[in-house]
Amino acid sequence: MKEHDSGTRTYIVVWGALVMLTVVTVAVSYVHLGMMNVFVALLIASAKASLVALFFMHLRYENRLVWGFALAPLFFLVLIVVGTLSDTLFR
Amino acid sequence: MSGQSTHHGPGAAGHEAHMDPATAREAATLGIWTFLATEVLLFGGLFTSYIIYRIKYPQIFYEGHLKLDHVLGAINTVVLIGSSLTVALGIAAIRKGKVGLLRLYLFLTLLLAGTFLGIKYVEYTEKFSHGLYPDTDIFFSLYFMLTGLHGLHVLAGMVLLGAVLFLAGRGRYSESYHTPVEISGLYWHFVDLVWIYLFPLLYLLG
Repeated sequence: MKEHDSGTRTYIVVWGALVMLTVVTVAVSYVHLGMMNVFVALLIASAKASLVALFFMHLRYENRLVWGFALAPLFFLVLIVVGTLSDTLFR
Repeated sequence: MSGQSTHHGPGAAGHEAHMDPATAREAATLGIWTFLATEVLLFGGLFTSYIIYRIKYPQIFYEGHLKLDHVLGAINTVVLIGSSLTVALGIAAIRKGKVGLLRLYLFLTLLLAGTFLGIKYVEYTEKFSHGLYPDTDIFFSLYFMLTGLHGLHVLAGMVLLGAVLFLAGRGRYSESYHTPVEISGLYWHFVDLVWIYLFPLLYLLG
């Protein structure tokens, strides 16, 4: 792995961002935005998930093959959700 | 993960007889990501039922989420994020060959993981005392199933990281060889990832 010295500092900055995003998502939940609440909550959760995957899980420093292995399940997840909803929503 | 350590004794000069270390490390990385893919789909099935029933019974989900303790949920989110940080710092430490620091961070991680489960225990006890059980309604079925399955993953992660902590104490890991630490760390971060979605979906969205 390439980075060595900046590691600790980067991790603490990422941790700070994750805690801040947690505070934001709790704060936003008290504001009534209707369906937008779901959208904002999922957007913030995905931003947090990306930070964890990129920095804590080192995806940022991995090659394309590892990226492929890491992202492949998201395709199947979308397939399951969309496939199931296309059935249950239109019964 | 654990099978790897049986092939070579502690202190063996060449760790991998059949592969060069970089190849062995990449194989292990691809292995854990493949396992995590099956985990995404395991939780994915439950998330799918969450979406379907939320659309079908919005009122039950609205009333259910009001009965959860948002503060405890938020505290647990911060606890788990903190445990991800300590794992990451532990890996950064062993990359520099600092075994003592790795053990300290792993110990802190186990402490935070224990705190998470302790808070979860308080929450479950709270719910049971108010007559809220997995068979109460569809919201609490999903709540107990999702958080229960996640809790089991936290427990499994504690066993895994506990084993890494034990082996680190026996001098198994060094600056040049620490793949099991990284692989176990990836599993732990995944457990954190799942909670990052569970928290808003169960506690915050009305």
